[in-house]
Amino acid sequence: MTVDAIVHGAEMETAAPRSGLLSFLLTLVFCTALAAAPYYASTYALTLLATFAAYAIALLGFNILLGYTGLLSFGHAMFIAMGAYTAAVFTSKLGIPYLELILLAAAAVSAAAAFLIGLFCVRYTKIFFSMLTLAFGMTFYSFLNKFYFVTGGDQGMRITRPLLAGLDSAGGKTAFLTGPFYYYSLALLAILAFLAWRLLHSPLGLHMRAVRDNPQKAAYLGVKVQRTRLWAFVISAVYCSIAGVLIGISVGLADPELGYWTQSGNLVFMTVLGGTGSFGGPVLGALVFVFLNDWLNATTEYWRFVLGAILVAIVVFAPRGVAGLVHGLLGKKA
Amino acid sequence: MTAWLDIVLGGLFHAAVLFLVAAGLQLVFGVQKILNLACGSFYALGAYFAISAVAAMTALGLPIAYFFPVLLASGLLIGLVGLPVERLLRTVYRRDESHQLLLTFGLLLMFQDILRFFWGTAPRTMEGAYLAYGTVTAGGAQIPVYNLLVIAASIVLAGMLGLFLQRSALGKVIRATAENRDMAEGLGANVSRIYAAVFTAGCMLGTVGGALAVPSSAASLDMPAELIVEAFAIVVIGGLGSMRGALLGAVIVGLVRAFAIANYPEAEVLSIYLIVIAVLIIRPAGLLGKAQA
Repeated sequence: MTVDAIVHGAEMETAAPRSGLLSFLLTLVFCTALAAAPYYASTYALTLLATFAAYAIALLGFNILLGYTGLLSFGHAMFIAMGAYTAAVFTSKLGIPYLELILLAAAAVSAAAAFLIGLFCVRYTKIFFSMLTLAFGMTFYSFLNKFYFVTGGDQGMRITRPLLAGLDSAGGKTAFLTGPFYYYSLALLAILAFLAWRLLHSPLGLHMRAVRDNPQKAAYLGVKVQRTRLWAFVISAVYCSIAGVLIGISVGLADPELGYWTQSGNLVFMTVLGGTGSFGGPVLGALVFVFLNDWLNATTEYWRFVLGAILVAIVVFAPRGVAGLVHGLLGKKA
Repeated sequence: MTAWLDIVLGGLFHAAVLFLVAAGLQLVFGVQKILNLACGSFYALGAYFAISAVAAMTALGLPIAYFFPVLLASGLLIGLVGLPVERLLRTVYRRDESHQLLLTFGLLLMFQDILRFFWGTAPRTMEGAYLAYGTVTAGGAQIPVYNLLVIAASIVLAGMLGLFLQRSALGKVIRATAENRDMAEGLGANVSRIYAAVFTAGCMLGTVGGALAVPSSAASLDMPAELIVEAFAIVVIGGLGSMRGALLGAVIVGLVRAFAIANYPEAEVLSIYLIVIAVLIIRPAGLLGKAQA
């Protein structure tokens, strides 16, 4: 199996300690800047940052599957939609506004779904895996879109404001989204990033990389190849569904379009934009994508053209993504 | 009885159009090993361009009855857009397939705005063409002659393509290139020219498909993404890279979709994808694909 730059990388952990320190410092500066954002950023930028935090969570999970296990899914928007619809069902149908419960439920639902879907999907790799995930994703999308009596069809379902840690907050929707909800999202991002980091440095994380680089050899050495892939699939789905809850809350609506295949394409886009080769790359990709997308939307009617051209340029000229470029500039091995 | 005939012929009409697109997809995948997400964009491009071409034709004062050859010609003409696109794809032939998939996804996004730039956001229809050849009555059902023409055209194109690939000298070289690019090159085949020709031909199949589909429906910006879903379903059901598979897949998808729309419209896409999943689980290489995972 030829795995080249796009699903390659992760060797960075063996880079020199000096650059490790540099990465650590950069991460620290980045986190401080995010945490202090409400003191200097505009309300509008803050809503974008909340969206960024949600996508960063999704991409951290997505990259466990793409970057570390070497499986390209074109169906993960399905799990984002699953998270958003769980939030909708809990807040507007069942009247349970506790965000913690919603997150747990979304994680459980998506884990169960991903387990069942994964059982079929992980038997294949490469293009067949991509197409099978696309097929499942579109099946779920058409369920959301067509079964009005369950899902509200193309109208979607409303998501009302949830309680964070059981507390209601004063002020309107914007104050909620840029205040408590923003910090809540950041905290979730921090916790989930830490968990993902620990996971990738655990034996399971090593198994994933072994399976990515050489499945036969991994199997020979006693790694359960399919079980490892299934784990990666389920974990990435849980991350995406948690992101879906957050995205749904900030939009206020669970919309079937969240599950359309082009959204899965955007997930891949963001991950590749940041670079699959490093742990933080996808987070960077989410940041660049969210702001770039918004800026292009505001500046030109033809933002899709520009986005598409950027994607083409990245694939052709910088397959290691923005993170690869940054590392190149910092003198790390590119 | 009437309803059944209606449904079957409607399904076959749709299948005929889908077959062209899927055949283009298969041709490109078979030879170049690239799964082209932008095939839906080519389809939409063909549809929009055909509307403009037929509008230009009527503006010149030609009778509407000439629209069928104009459709075919405009589809073939705009298919030439494949040449510059292939230039771009050339940069990633030797790379991982996820790169290729992403590159075509980028092209899909770009084409979306190219279509919008030239034809606007509102759906466009071709006025007065669909029923220009009248209808025939068979078994109590009114069938537009145009539908039969498209089904016939698709069968003829399928036959020509099959004969060309199986019998002609160039077809043999193309198949050899598909089997083993380096060996074909070593034996003197001009692979880069073959790739350019094959991709453009695949592109033309897509644009002609779009041109032939548009008189019966409307061209809209949702076309590319929706068509890809169906074209992929066909390719997976039939087997990646297999032309006969594309034919079988197109007929299955066309008929299933027609039955679903007539009897249980909620399940239109769902039914197609349940078949896809079933096929992938039972025969991952597709019904007529070579057994290799």
